[in-house]
Amino acid sequence: MLTSGQLLEFANNNGIPIWVLDISIALLLSLAVFAICGLGVIVLVYMERKVAADFQLRWGPMHVGWHGTLQLIADAIKLISKEDIFPKNADPWIFRLAPTLMFLAAFVGLMVIPIGPKLVVQDLNVGLIYALAIPAIGVAGIIMAGFGSYNKYAMLGSMRSAAQMVSYEVPRALSIIGVVMIAGSAKLSAIVNAQSVWYVFLQPIGFVVFLVASLAEINRVPFDLPETESELVNGYHTEYSGMRFMFFLFAEYIAMMAASALTVVLFLGGWHGPGPAYLAPLWFLIKAFAVVYVMMWVRWTLPRFRIDQVMDLGWKVLLPLALLNILITGIIMLL
Amino acid sequence: MGQEMSKIEEAKNLTQNQILEELEEQLRVEEIEEQPDAIKTEEMVINFGPQHPSAHGVFRALFHVNGEIVTKIEPMIGYLHRCFEKIAENRTYAQFVPFTDRMDYVSSMHNNWAYVMTVEKLAGIQVPERAEYIRVIVGELQRIASHLLFLSTAGLEAGAVSPLQYYFDERERILNLFEKVCGARLTYNYIKIGGVRADLPDGWLEEALSFVNRLKKTIVDYDKLLLGNYIFKKRMKGAGKISAEIALAQGLTGPPLRSTGVAYDVRKSDPYSVYPRFDFEVAVRFQGDNYDRVVIRSEEIKQSLRIIEQAIEQIPDGRILPMSLPKDIKPPVGEAFGHIESSRGDLGYFIVSDGSLKPYRLKIQGPSFANLQGFPAMAEGSYFADVVLTLGTLDPVFGEVDR
Repeated sequence: MLTSGQLLEFANNNGIPIWVLDISIALLLSLAVFAICGLGVIVLVYMERKVAADFQLRWGPMHVGWHGTLQLIADAIKLISKEDIFPKNADPWIFRLAPTLMFLAAFVGLMVIPIGPKLVVQDLNVGLIYALAIPAIGVAGIIMAGFGSYNKYAMLGSMRSAAQMVSYEVPRALSIIGVVMIAGSAKLSAIVNAQSVWYVFLQPIGFVVFLVASLAEINRVPFDLPETESELVNGYHTEYSGMRFMFFLFAEYIAMMAASALTVVLFLGGWHGPGPAYLAPLWFLIKAFAVVYVMMWVRWTLPRFRIDQVMDLGWKVLLPLALLNILITGIIMLL
Repeated sequence: MGQEMSKIEEAKNLTQNQILEELEEQLRVEEIEEQPDAIKTEEMVINFGPQHPSAHGVFRALFHVNGEIVTKIEPMIGYLHRCFEKIAENRTYAQFVPFTDRMDYVSSMHNNWAYVMTVEKLAGIQVPERAEYIRVIVGELQRIASHLLFLSTAGLEAGAVSPLQYYFDERERILNLFEKVCGARLTYNYIKIGGVRADLPDGWLEEALSFVNRLKKTIVDYDKLLLGNYIFKKRMKGAGKISAEIALAQGLTGPPLRSTGVAYDVRKSDPYSVYPRFDFEVAVRFQGDNYDRVVIRSEEIKQSLRIIEQAIEQIPDGRILPMSLPKDIKPPVGEAFGHIESSRGDLGYFIVSDGSLKPYRLKIQGPSFANLQGFPAMAEGSYFADVVLTLGTLDPVFGEVDR
């Protein structure tokens, strides 16, 4: 492994300006994260279909490849080769930008997640705030999709999504204040290092509020109101097809990955686990997939809330609980 | 008769009063909205259907939506109109039976049965006892199959995807039983004028009984999974309410009427076939909301299971068709009305005969059509998401609405 000092020396010796070095490193890293994302999405979609099948007394994909493992590649080829339908009255720029923005927001959120002791793209001092704030930009993508596609169903879906995101952003942010108080840092790697005891045991209320709010944040059942099939056809992505639709799908699963990874970092002890140090990323992945499994379990079991009930739950139940959690944590720390 | 008339008058007056009150309320709301500091909202008209995932076939409606609240519903039907009543005038009596299959395609047996029963009434044909028992057994199995489909879609519309598969698993077993009996899985054409088309295969009754015993246990689990779910209850309770008066005035029958507290069931109130011999209860709920309309179906399944058990116990041996059945059915001049309790309500056929081989006129009274009339009264003023659920709990089959 090269250290940064060696890299700098190499650049100086060969007359490469430092900004070129910076950009190339950034590009390489984001490419790596992108590849991980792609792989992760494939695994997640396959997992989702198999989990769903398991819950519903069926086999799931079985025909393409061994146990349907190549099904997703077939699906991707199908989606790419489909016609890109552009509604007649849609706003061209907003309509085209929306899926990209959503994908970007979800993808960039992964940059600060440490999956091993030093395995992180950028270990920001304000990593926690970054990890909460950046994925929330995704709601702009949803609203753009709703407005841009000139469709009443899509617009209703995007308005719902906006209301939901705003309401759940608050309890979600408040629920992790307890974690920051105990760990004494907003740096994600510092939070993981501080967890000699998993914070899920120290912050049970915070954990529940965070998990529920995360579900709402990434539009999963029982909070999948922006895309309810029974009333809004497909919600904000009703008018999207082919590749653009795939981007929404991508974004959804990456957001799920990011949410579960953040849950692991904050509450489930991050990469900590028995065994030698090089197993750390493996432990992280196992925990993250366990959280994802819980999300899928919820999705394939529960019906969904109505919009006013979602709002009620957010403001009347989760927000007071999150505040209570802060209060309790503060009192215990004072004592 | 006189009392009934006065009751209906009362119900009409009540509805009118209620409509007036509603109008006043709407006016009041508008007054509030015109205040300068209130947020101005604009009404949006959404076209729902006929190609909407939860349009239950080809239902179309215009929803006037204010935010998330649906203020007005303009239903439009007729997308599946196939002129069945006119076709009947150009077919012989026996030839029309397969057409009835295509009316309420979710419970074809009941359609066969109601039509055939009316023709038998008209022509004075006596049905052998064994055939009557077979009709009851397949009819109740059909009711269970239809209600299972209803429960699965009710869950699906509320967002619970998995219960669908469990209900379909059970429904599949019923369809397999039907396939053994008549070879078809959806449009059976099994009940024939005079009896049934074929006798039950060997061992079929034992299979049916084992299915009944299985469903008795599993339906309890499914009730817990879907009907007992906290979110499902929260969604369904109190939404899409309708009072017994309005339900009667609008002509609702079947589970939507029984959920308001009116114990009207043709099997009890105007018994046909061999139903008086069985011990069962009419399931009644009293709230008249979406949840009651769902739960009542689950209770009806349990009652149907009871009936099937008793019928299997009592079924006699013998013929399935009368000794002397004329090849061409030529009823005397006259008219007849026969109705049965189908899965959706009071399904009636009215036939006028001019003494020829073909009916002079055939009129069908479809319960889905009547039930759909109550839809705007139930759903106006509720959330958009609940409107879809309300439509679902009415369980309309558009083959029957439009005919």
